[in-house]
Amino acid sequence: MKILMLGWEFPPVYSGGLGTACYGLTKGLSKTDVEVTFVMPTGPDNIKGEFVNLIVADKLLKKLNVKKVETILTPYLSSEAYKDEYLRIMKKGNEGILYGRDLFEEVLRYSERVKLISMDEEFDVIHAHDWMTYKAGIKAKNATGKPLVVHIHATEFDRTGGNNLNQQVYDLEREGFHTADKIIAVSNYTKSIVVRHYGIKPDKVVVVHNAVEFNEKVVYNIKKTDKVVLFLGRITLQKGPDYFLEAARKVLKKDSNIKFVFAGSGDMETRMIERAAEMGISKKVLFAGFLKGKDVNKAYQMADVYVMPSVSEPFGITPLEAMRSGTPVIISKQSGVSEVINHVLKVDFWDVNDIASKILAVINYRTLTHELKHHGSLEVLKFDWKIPAKKCAKVYEGVAK
Amino acid sequence: MKVCLYFQVHQPHRLKKYGVFDIGQNSNYFDEEKNREIMKKVANKCYLPTNKLLLELIKKYDGDFKVSFSITGTAIEQFEKYSPEVLELFKDLAATGKVEFLSETYYHSLSYMFSKEEFEAQVMMHQKKIKELFNQEPKIFRNTELIFNNELANFIEGFGYKGILAEGADHILGWKSPNYIYKAKTTNKLKLLLKNYKLSDDIAFRFSQQSWKDHPLTVEKFANWISESPGETINLFMDYETFGEHQWEETGIFEFLKKMPEELINRGIKFVNPSELLAIETKDELDMHSFVSWADVERDLSAWLGNKIQKSAIGELYEMEQKIKLLKDKELLEVWRKLTTSDHFYYMCTKWFNDGDVHKYFNPYDSPYEAFIAFMNILNDMAQRITNTNNTHNVNNTMNIKTDESYKTITSKTKMKLSETPSQILK
Repeated sequence: MKILMLGWEFPPVYSGGLGTACYGLTKGLSKTDVEVTFVMPTGPDNIKGEFVNLIVADKLLKKLNVKKVETILTPYLSSEAYKDEYLRIMKKGNEGILYGRDLFEEVLRYSERVKLISMDEEFDVIHAHDWMTYKAGIKAKNATGKPLVVHIHATEFDRTGGNNLNQQVYDLEREGFHTADKIIAVSNYTKSIVVRHYGIKPDKVVVVHNAVEFNEKVVYNIKKTDKVVLFLGRITLQKGPDYFLEAARKVLKKDSNIKFVFAGSGDMETRMIERAAEMGISKKVLFAGFLKGKDVNKAYQMADVYVMPSVSEPFGITPLEAMRSGTPVIISKQSGVSEVINHVLKVDFWDVNDIASKILAVINYRTLTHELKHHGSLEVLKFDWKIPAKKCAKVYEGVAK
Repeated sequence: MKVCLYFQVHQPHRLKKYGVFDIGQNSNYFDEEKNREIMKKVANKCYLPTNKLLLELIKKYDGDFKVSFSITGTAIEQFEKYSPEVLELFKDLAATGKVEFLSETYYHSLSYMFSKEEFEAQVMMHQKKIKELFNQEPKIFRNTELIFNNELANFIEGFGYKGILAEGADHILGWKSPNYIYKAKTTNKLKLLLKNYKLSDDIAFRFSQQSWKDHPLTVEKFANWISESPGETINLFMDYETFGEHQWEETGIFEFLKKMPEELINRGIKFVNPSELLAIETKDELDMHSFVSWADVERDLSAWLGNKIQKSAIGELYEMEQKIKLLKDKELLEVWRKLTTSDHFYYMCTKWFNDGDVHKYFNPYDSPYEAFIAFMNILNDMAQRITNTNNTHNVNNTMNIKTDESYKTITSKTKMKLSETPSQILK
């Protein structure tokens, strides 16, 4: 079975969960008899796939002309200025930069390139990850007649919290869902959104929960005096950073020997810095920026508790990463991962009292920490990428017939 | 062959989701709404219809059919509060003279393992309540969840009881049968009445289980099994909530119970109550050094004391005992006692949490961790109340949260209290 896989990011070029998931899934698939050709829009010159045939669209077809479409500037990252984010990253000279100046332009350019690539490549099924690649998937399907599977890692409803949806993004998602032969959703939570808001029949959607990578664990020597509560993720509306900060304020009223660390960047970062200052807790709230690789593991190990207060989280791999590091976890019930893990504390993202109460419980009740660590690090072992890979392989077989 | 029916009636005072920010702000620990709701529900599904049915049966068979109960103090309190008609029916049952009430700890607690003083107090409280309500002085004791060992038997004999209920667990009995009367080895003559767990669980757990090879269980089939069994008595011990609550009405459980007396009596089987079993000569001695209970497949204490959060929570609770008692504050002592109910620790059990939802049904919390956090927060509030009562002039408003760091020393203290009990619970 050969798969033409379309994705927007792939390590080392990634900004979050989507890249991590594509990496894990393709690695899992490499252990089956599925062969994957992964097409990403852009990437550094020396990029090579370890276990996938990696094609970087803009390297391959530099000369391709894409008609420029005038469009409003719309973010993938959040409902706020994509452009600001783009410029900010550019200024830093960050090599991890993913997107062009206009995302829709990029999406369209990518789709044209993929269409041409699809006519050259040999494959059985097209597998497209998230809305940026759906157009490309549809074009490839039309050009080759091969079945299309779309994979939902997030919807516009998750990114915006249901307010100020971008109509263009929604339309692209909807078109992708309706054109697809089968839809893969990362959770029942996401499946229900797709059924409710996009008019999709439930039996068209297969739920495949994500997993986590298990590398050899490196234990870092971390010196600290204060307890550390960690937020790790994009600092955007979807991830609930404001609820984290409100909880921090409540916790600090009871116990001032605790530090709250934001690891990540995003359009709400400055607002969070300002808000912490307004609250008078700037000394206790640290901003570590976007972390990658071993810094991520260091952050988890440093933390006494990891909090994921997402407003709407289709899956949420980070809690699994934290559990892998033996860090106790507090997660939003409004997440896909909460369907499949038990040995964590679950909260409603809006219930800052409960979040704060649970942070204090983990920090104060040593035996609770012990039980969460112990059972959590065992429970996380069942999230091997081989399992979702097998489920995807089954979906391919179903549509390829 | 004889058959002895004994039903356990229990409802705990469930706790609220008491958060850290409630500490020092309010001391309303109990979820009255949920407790009322559950009591109303179980009364309608189980207590009322089953009590009525039993009354009917006792009248119909004119003394040939009888049953026994143990009703916890916490259940009685909630009948009084939320469902007095259930209690009236229990009184009617008592008035037939065919219903025996057993003795246990008022709060359905694990106090035997942690404080003999408290254990005795709770047993006496329960006796008093049973005498008051049903005018009976129990001769037979049953400990919480049928937790039992040799030392407990000695202790109980010292209180003047003639018999005690225990689980007929395979690992204790070996080749022996639970269908005889035994003597607890270390006692003078305390009689052991053992649960026939196979036949009891056929009703309590497997009755509606379609995957079971003997499903559906007819009364005829069940009566045949009993009459074909060797021994003196079949002791069918189970939760009363089996009828209508664990096994819903639609499963035919009430029909089963209704037809049971006739089918058994027709086969020459006699219904007896636990104290009548005392007349049977003992077959042998039984040596139960380690604790045995009727819970789960393990039939040990791991459902309540299997993990660190359970041990630290119960350790902290009993560490508070003497301080509370010194205060002579009736209300605070009552609250503390309500916290000794074993259910609170059962909710913190993590052993089935990985893939089993079997026990979720009984758990008012989303997870064992939620149960632990609420319990510990309550203990913190209690600790503050103790401090405040002790020293009203020096009220500490800083609301420091007490950690469970002291848990190690507490458990070693608890161990010392347990010196007469060689089986060490807290390792």
